Amino acid sequence: MLRVAGVSAGYGSFQALFDVSLEVNAGEAVAVIGPNGAGKTTLLRVISRLIEPRSGDLQMEGRRYNDAAAHEVIGLGIAQVPEGRRLFPRLTVEDNLRMGAFTPAARAQYGQRLEFVYDLFPKMKERRGQLAGTMSGGEQQMCAIGRALMSGPKLLLLDEPSAGLAPVIVQSIFALMKRIRAQGFTVLIVEQNIQQVLKVVDRAYLLETGRIRQSGPAAELLASDEIRRAYLGV
Amino acid sequence: MDQIFDVFLLEAVLNGILLGGLLALLALGLNLIFGVIDVVWICYAELIMVGMYMIWWMHSGLGLPLALAFVLSIAFVAALGAAMHHFIVRPVLTAEPINQLLVTGGVLFFLQAAATVVFGVEFRNIGVRLPGISIGDMNLSLARLIAFAVAIAAIAATYLFLTRTYVGTAIRAISQDRAIMPLMGVNPSRIYLVTSALGGALAGLAGCLLVLQYDIHPAIGLSFGPITFLICVMGGLGNLIGGFLAAFVFAQFISVGGFMLQLEWGYVLAFLFFIGVMFWKPEGLFARRR
Repeated sequence: MLRVAGVSAGYGSFQALFDVSLEVNAGEAVAVIGPNGAGKTTLLRVISRLIEPRSGDLQMEGRRYNDAAAHEVIGLGIAQVPEGRRLFPRLTVEDNLRMGAFTPAARAQYGQRLEFVYDLFPKMKERRGQLAGTMSGGEQQMCAIGRALMSGPKLLLLDEPSAGLAPVIVQSIFALMKRIRAQGFTVLIVEQNIQQVLKVVDRAYLLETGRIRQSGPAAELLASDEIRRAYLGV
Repeated sequence: MDQIFDVFLLEAVLNGILLGGLLALLALGLNLIFGVIDVVWICYAELIMVGMYMIWWMHSGLGLPLALAFVLSIAFVAALGAAMHHFIVRPVLTAEPINQLLVTGGVLFFLQAAATVVFGVEFRNIGVRLPGISIGDMNLSLARLIAFAVAIAAIAATYLFLTRTYVGTAIRAISQDRAIMPLMGVNPSRIYLVTSALGGALAGLAGCLLVLQYDIHPAIGLSFGPITFLICVMGGLGNLIGGFLAAFVFAQFISVGGFMLQLEWGYVLAFLFFIGVMFWKPEGLFARRR
């Protein structure tokens, strides 16, 4: 579904990604794992066209979209839940969800998708009139995911969904990931919480200092000595 | 004797409310643009002046019906607002605030000078004089009543647009987090352009209402620009509801203060109150944002 081929990118004189390639097939959940500063968020920003790669190709369902503007990417079926959730704090939960359905194609299905999101997260229905900024971190994460789902994406990009949340909430966020997968969404997730994320995805890529170091089925990476030593402290 | 005094006081209060509605309309346009784009259009009242001249030129010059002149002038000032953003504000979006003020201030002098060159310094009017209305001992102006009703209707329509439509929601959202708007499928430049056009349309509408009450001259913007700006600051710059309330507070000072003392004293009191507010609550009476 998504193909990233030979992408290099950076900011000014700093290069964050070196010749990164990855692929996400329809129905899969794929993780990009790695330490802080490895370039994971930069990679998602390239995929969402928020920054221009220096070289490399982006393809969605066989169509090259290197020239698409950032606001056109959602029309290709790619929705991103940004790092730190980035809800509109002084809009209500329902207005935040409405923003997720901004594109003309999504507007036509607004009612139907709102119902879908409220079914998935009944708590959001209770909180529909509340200002998003006044909710807890876990609730905000639900709202941010719901907002991305409002566009009816084929591919959902999740940037560090567990970052900045209490350990108990992190557990529930990963339970949430499983439920989203069960709904049939294709997911690309970027995460530092390696042990947890490898339990909910099919495959993973290990990104270190801007380069893909290792890739394979999640269970294989979870069992790999290198990853266990370097990241899981075993 | 006592009773007559009360009737005139009531008349002053009512006139203050009528003036408040008009000032609230002026404040809404300026506040909307600042709240969303974070640039103060110092020349906002000059857009109103341009609209008033357009009406005068189309109605008295070309002989178009007044209603048509109104509609065309609103559309023209809306386009002027969009052009203002595209050519003047967009290039300085990331510049220092002082540079933004200088640029929009420059447009103020440009428009004033251009109006002087094109239309001269004579006072113009469209020759429409609406009658007054007497209720008991009170005299109210029909033009002011119409201005109030239309201003309130326009404010309500803007409120509904901002809260009930996708584009309106995006206008409220973009001031809270511009960087992620593309992830929603929103093109931020387009939202800025729409906001500027809407601010322009509100200025155009204000021109229609003012042209029924005042003569037109190149410096008429100075009669409304500073007051509009002070009202926005007093309500908390960018806070639409604060600006709405502050307009009515300010108008009462002008109207009732002017009645109690002399007309000019109303303005003196209003500005004294503003200075007091700035010492007491520099962020504005109804500050909430930032």
